[in-house]
Amino acid sequence: MPMTGETAAASAIEDQIPIRIVPGVSRGDRVFRLVFRAAGLSVFLIMGLIALFLATRGAQALHATGWSFLTEQRWQTAAHRFGVGAVLPDGIIIAVIAMLIAVPVALGAALFISEYAPGGLRRYLISAVDLMAAVPSIVYGLWGLIFLTPRVIGFERWLSTHLGGVLPFLKVRNGEIAASYTQSAFIAGIVVSLMVIPIICSLSREVFSQAPTGEREGAYALGATRWGMVRTVVLPFGKGGAIGAVMLGFGRAMGETIAVALIISPLFAVSTHPLQAGANSISSLIALRYSESDKLSLSALMAAGLVLFVITLLVNMIAAAIISRSRSGAATNE
Amino acid sequence: MSEGSDAAMTTIESSGAAVCAGPPRDGAGAAYLDASGQVRVRPGSLTAADAGTLAGAAAGALGLVWLLYERILPFAGALGFWMCWYAAFLGLYWGIARSQWEARHVREKIAAAVLTGAGLLMLVVLADQVGYVVFRGSGVLGRGNFLTTDMEKTGPLDGLAGGGVLHAVIGSLEQLGLATLFAVPLGIAAAVFMSEIGGRLAQPVRAVVNAMTALPSIVAGLFILGSVILTLGYDRSGFAASLALTVMMMPIVTRASEVVIRVVPNTLREASYALGASQWRTVWNVVLPTARSGLTTAILLGMARAVGETSPVLLTAGFTPRTNANPFSGQQISLPLYVWNYVRYPQPDMKIRAFGGALALMAIVMILFVAARLAGGRPPGELSRRTLRRLARDRAAAASQSAAPRPPAAGAAPTAAAVIHPEPESAS
Repeated sequence: MPMTGETAAASAIEDQIPIRIVPGVSRGDRVFRLVFRAAGLSVFLIMGLIALFLATRGAQALHATGWSFLTEQRWQTAAHRFGVGAVLPDGIIIAVIAMLIAVPVALGAALFISEYAPGGLRRYLISAVDLMAAVPSIVYGLWGLIFLTPRVIGFERWLSTHLGGVLPFLKVRNGEIAASYTQSAFIAGIVVSLMVIPIICSLSREVFSQAPTGEREGAYALGATRWGMVRTVVLPFGKGGAIGAVMLGFGRAMGETIAVALIISPLFAVSTHPLQAGANSISSLIALRYSESDKLSLSALMAAGLVLFVITLLVNMIAAAIISRSRSGAATNE
Repeated sequence: MSEGSDAAMTTIESSGAAVCAGPPRDGAGAAYLDASGQVRVRPGSLTAADAGTLAGAAAGALGLVWLLYERILPFAGALGFWMCWYAAFLGLYWGIARSQWEARHVREKIAAAVLTGAGLLMLVVLADQVGYVVFRGSGVLGRGNFLTTDMEKTGPLDGLAGGGVLHAVIGSLEQLGLATLFAVPLGIAAAVFMSEIGGRLAQPVRAVVNAMTALPSIVAGLFILGSVILTLGYDRSGFAASLALTVMMMPIVTRASEVVIRVVPNTLREASYALGASQWRTVWNVVLPTARSGLTTAILLGMARAVGETSPVLLTAGFTPRTNANPFSGQQISLPLYVWNYVRYPQPDMKIRAFGGALALMAIVMILFVAARLAGGRPPGELSRRTLRRLARDRAAAASQSAAPRPPAAGAAPTAAAVIHPEPESAS
């Protein structure tokens, strides 16, 4: 490596002064750093461009409706009455149903893999979770539409007829025909839950498995059973990371498109009865209507996309903050 | 249940964790007398009493639920049956366990049963999904015409003897190839920036990459639709779709490769610097080759994720029943889009075609996934068997030559990586 100030060093030796050698950066290195820094910064560019294009393309629609875009439930672009007042809460309902199923299963499976599964099996289980995350969303949608739907209807009907009296939101109109139960937010929620389970599971498994060995052995030495050890060491250690993983899963559930769009029948009102046919979400709205050709409709979809973009960013930032503040999160981030 | 003979053991075992040193190991037999006559206890392993309790509760619950659910109460449906079975199983298991063990031990057993149930549920769902797609799709995929023809001359009422998935496979592979071409250099370069160059900007870049991994896929599609297609005025094409896939794939590659680059031992970098290599040379000849196994996994997993993305492609690729091998002009269909389109036809044959397309897609994903597993799994610096063989050969060749005065460069010129870690196992 070429050193700067070689002559200075030579004269310093003659003058008996302590030498300070400053390794210079060669031209090749300077180019290398420049190029790779540009690659790193390109992610800012991409995210910025996404926000910019969604905002400029959606400006026309936002201009036409003003703030009522956030509250209007209908979606009639020709009449200038459209907004995310229904699709946004409906999407959140689907995501919440998904999380109600996914969180216990994913955290349980994560604990099983990291604490209970025998060592030889563990590798295969981790691979299985990764594979589940790599299954294309269209396959989840296909499976949910054709395999799952007919098998869930019986359960939905039971919920509606037996618990509908106590919990009115479980009631279904025309409950005697099966078609009232298909294409509902509940079925979409089940399918979305299967898609977020691998995400939550693999993130929280990583956190759980990092619980310090010393503390685990301490718990065993004090006479804890395995579950006692999990409850007093692993869970408190992994709490922050697991909460962050759940938040990330929620963000993913909000943005899930194809499986939801394939299963639901679109509805433009807040779906207060999740078992009833008809549901919606921002992403499935976009997927089902992107082919509309007039400018205002496309602009409205762009604006809806912008809302989804902002919400997932917010959820993500909160999740990242929770993870980095927790003890386990600090461990994963270095 | 062979309860009598195990009674002594279980009482020891229930309070046995204190006796044991170290975390539980899996092995046969919970407690036995070793050569020195001391009782050795292994908590957490399966005794005959455990297995009996488990099997008894499972069988009892099955019988009880079958009687109640199928014969007495007006219920139907497989889902409800197995949910009731699991609840009954947990109840019975608790009861049987409570009758022979102390409360803490019972809690341990119940917790293990619940957590194992969650893990098994996940496996069952995965197996069911893959199995169902294979079951429905394998019939049509086995036909000769399905992989060799497109849908140009096939209408919704035509039988399965005509029409196929060829155009979608071509489109998927081309779009995936282009996306890989864009995303992999960019992604790995960003990862190298974060781990090797660093600086004040590394942390914000990492945060943005994390945010990008969670970007809803439909937003990536909308972005390309709004920029490339609506603003720049290009037509929908395979190229536009591959740009949308790049946006999805790049953060996945970046995150995964940053993890593997970071675990490259620092001693290797220092050795390279000490030999006088520049930073660029160090990254190119030491860091990246050392992490090669992990980087391959990162790329293949990113590809597996990208090939299955539907919504970005839906908005940007357009739709065509014809074979279009040119991704730069004209609309081009891909496998997820093929499934999305044909599953919504009412004709059963179209649905079967959709399953065939889904099976072809799953096959591509599986190939990429298995390749990723085969390529990965080695810690950084550990050489593959082939490389080890080559090194041994080189060494043998050098040894046979060393009888004669050794020429300055024996065999192939060794790369810096090979020079720096011929025995990398010692570094870890």
